[in-house]
Amino acid sequence: MSLKMKPEELAQTISYKPPKKHWMDVRVEYKKGSYNYAGNPESLKYVHQPNPRKWQPYEENWKLPENWKEIILEGFRERIDKFRSLKLFMDICVRCGACADKCHFFIGSGDPKNMPVLRAELLRAVYRKEFTLAGKLMAKMAGATELTFDVLKEWFYYFYQCTQCRRCSVFCPYGIDTAEITFIARELMNLIGVNIDWVMTPVANSHRTGNHLGIQPHGFKDSIEFARDDLEDLTGIRVEIPINKKGAEILFVIPSADYFAEPHYYTLLGYMALFHEIGLDFTFSTYASEGGNFGSFVSHELMKVLNAKIYAEAKRLKVKWILGGECGHMWRILHQYMDTLNGPADFLEVPKSPITRTVFENTRSTKMVHITEFTADLIKNNKIKLDKSRNDHWHATFHDSCNPARGMGLLEEPRYILKSVLNNFTEMPDNTIREQTFCCGSGAGLGTEENFEMRMRGGFPRANAVKYVAENNGVNLLTCICAIDKATLPPLLQYWVPGVEVGGIHELVGNALVMKGENERKTDLRNNPSPGKEDI
Amino acid sequence: MGIWFSLVAVAALILLGLLGANVSGLNYIFAVVIPYIAITLFIVGSIVRIVRWARSPVPFRIPTTGGQQKSLSFIKQNRLDNPSSYLGVLGRMALEVLFFRSLFRNTKAELKEGPILTYGANKWLWMFSLAFHWSFLIIFLRHFRFFTQPIPFFVPFLQDIDGFFQIWVPLIYMTNAVILAALTYLFFRRVFDSKIRYISLPSDYFPLLLIAGIAITGILMRYFFKTDLVAVKELMLGILSFAPSAPSEGLSLWFYLHLFFVCSLLIYFPMSKLVHMSGIFMSPTRNLANTNRMRRHVNPWIDELKMKPHTYEEYEDEFRKVMKGAGMPLDKEESHVS
Repeated sequence: MSLKMKPEELAQTISYKPPKKHWMDVRVEYKKGSYNYAGNPESLKYVHQPNPRKWQPYEENWKLPENWKEIILEGFRERIDKFRSLKLFMDICVRCGACADKCHFFIGSGDPKNMPVLRAELLRAVYRKEFTLAGKLMAKMAGATELTFDVLKEWFYYFYQCTQCRRCSVFCPYGIDTAEITFIARELMNLIGVNIDWVMTPVANSHRTGNHLGIQPHGFKDSIEFARDDLEDLTGIRVEIPINKKGAEILFVIPSADYFAEPHYYTLLGYMALFHEIGLDFTFSTYASEGGNFGSFVSHELMKVLNAKIYAEAKRLKVKWILGGECGHMWRILHQYMDTLNGPADFLEVPKSPITRTVFENTRSTKMVHITEFTADLIKNNKIKLDKSRNDHWHATFHDSCNPARGMGLLEEPRYILKSVLNNFTEMPDNTIREQTFCCGSGAGLGTEENFEMRMRGGFPRANAVKYVAENNGVNLLTCICAIDKATLPPLLQYWVPGVEVGGIHELVGNALVMKGENERKTDLRNNPSPGKEDI
Repeated sequence: MGIWFSLVAVAALILLGLLGANVSGLNYIFAVVIPYIAITLFIVGSIVRIVRWARSPVPFRIPTTGGQQKSLSFIKQNRLDNPSSYLGVLGRMALEVLFFRSLFRNTKAELKEGPILTYGANKWLWMFSLAFHWSFLIIFLRHFRFFTQPIPFFVPFLQDIDGFFQIWVPLIYMTNAVILAALTYLFFRRVFDSKIRYISLPSDYFPLLLIAGIAITGILMRYFFKTDLVAVKELMLGILSFAPSAPSEGLSLWFYLHLFFVCSLLIYFPMSKLVHMSGIFMSPTRNLANTNRMRRHVNPWIDELKMKPHTYEEYEDEFRKVMKGAGMPLDKEESHVS
């Protein structure tokens, strides 16, 4: 991946001064590097989505159904009646502009239509035209516009330049949530087959194979066994990794990148070492081998059917409760949607740590625990032995992933773990962490090669905060709890802050974990020499 | 463009108001009939709005969490920014409605040489918005001396506080100065901040100008062009007791303008963005507790999503051979489909 423009040059292209022309008169221009390719028709067919065909957003003819406008407007009307959020958010915005410079895409691009308020106005303008009297009578004066092909092109461009990170929603005096607006706008476009491939193909793969990469069951097993061998080389301990095991106490669901991509893989090694050490009775599932829910990037229906696998598998395997790995959007769905979509999970028990006997009361209905909640509890109860000095080659900071931060409030659990496994930790500036955290710029299906420039722009605020602690405090590791982060922050940092690596929390747990009967650790989980072992 | 449109609209309202004040045959319409229409439209319109919102269900529980969740006993929850109880939600909503909690977080992003991004605190919008809304409320409550007999207890109390500095005769109320300053800030912020101007619609300038019209006519009446207050009160009591009397001759031009602006605002209110006043209470990212994994939230239309998940049986049927080859456990040895 590369971008010809140097970081300084890119920064110089950013201007927050809007154009002279009224925004309704500015046509969208599909800039190379700033949009995603269209959904593969084969993938659409596999999950029975409308209008599968070959097309690309930069082409003039999108091969839309003849009555595409009616389809969208009918869908719009239906959703106004189904979502109070949508109806309210269409009506109550006062355009105070507090959200304007809160969006990472606006900060990194200066494009005024990336101001959350204007992104939402793209939808509101059509809403006013179709569903309000003032809009029907006064058109532009009332901020109303007709749904045309140009408007649709704008929708596609800008609703796929939103990562549904909800940062604007924190600052909005009425809590208007652009993630909700983007979600519904994408759902409307999907009704006429306007979607992107890096959402639709993962959806089809997840539907068929259980994970977005399309890895088949034996491939899953191979990856896990490969990891087991690696862990044995590193620690001298051969761990047991149950797959599809009936009657296990816990079903463990992780994002599939954990067993297929770096640096996610080191987090997987960390989980495996930890579970072995505490003797956890758990199982992976190949059928539910993806926590990440790509359906949630395009429609509520697809979100529901993909998510359904987790409870279905928990029931089939007769586990007591479910544990979930490090992932961002995945946890928005697990925390705020799963129980509603596919519950009640009355066949499961209220999660209770078999090691500490702690009952996770906060999960008593959904019955799914976040891995950092689980591990923080282990550490608090002194159930594992940790040697912080094994992470002394790292000086870490923590990137709050958007969804655990603003869709859960999972802020202290990962920090508690980090401070227990690591000596050197520095926070990034206050306005860039916790509920104000900045997105990686590639979430919600936007992490593609073809969208690379926009990703570097969207990730700029995050990278800039990392740069601050890298230069001032010597931070060399950005930790996070999200699979998309782990995939997309490395190229982002390589571009803006070369020299800072990206890792998961449980990678550092795995490094620090003192295992019974282990060999002396000569390296950390990613094969760097352990601190003090550099000469060996 | 939006600014001019709004200015013209307000100018038209002024002309209409003047008409009502000067054409004696129209006095009754402007002093009695229009107020009735306005009050009715305001009440009915507001109710219709709220009912319409309420008719759409809240399909998912989607609070935006602004602080630490309730999870482990040794981790301190942020009960107001991430509430997990009704009391917490009440607190969060109170902070939001009374003190504009979210707006208080406002920052200003700046890109400097380097490139370096900074996020400075930016409380002006919060301060002036809060000043505007509170002044408006206090001024409205002070007006109860015209609406009820006897005068309610809070009116003299508010008058005392509001007139604390005891300057001028008649006493200058702080809120009168504050609301004008706040309106001026909010208006010129829209005009001079290029980003805000870019997103502004006529419907953003218009209510500011209209409310400024109300405030200015009110202030002129109080301090410079005296109107017959007894006549005003008689008129208001008559209207509110559904026994309107003919408007007295003592009512001044300024009063007619003031009243007509207020009526215009009442009529405009329910069909404009001003419904944020009631909407804020129904915002699902703020008024729901983050109890997502504790209590199940029911979606009334969830079964309308008809697509069937890909079942484990279908999955095993497709991959049985490779699963068997890899020595993985199977539910069935052979496929049930041939």
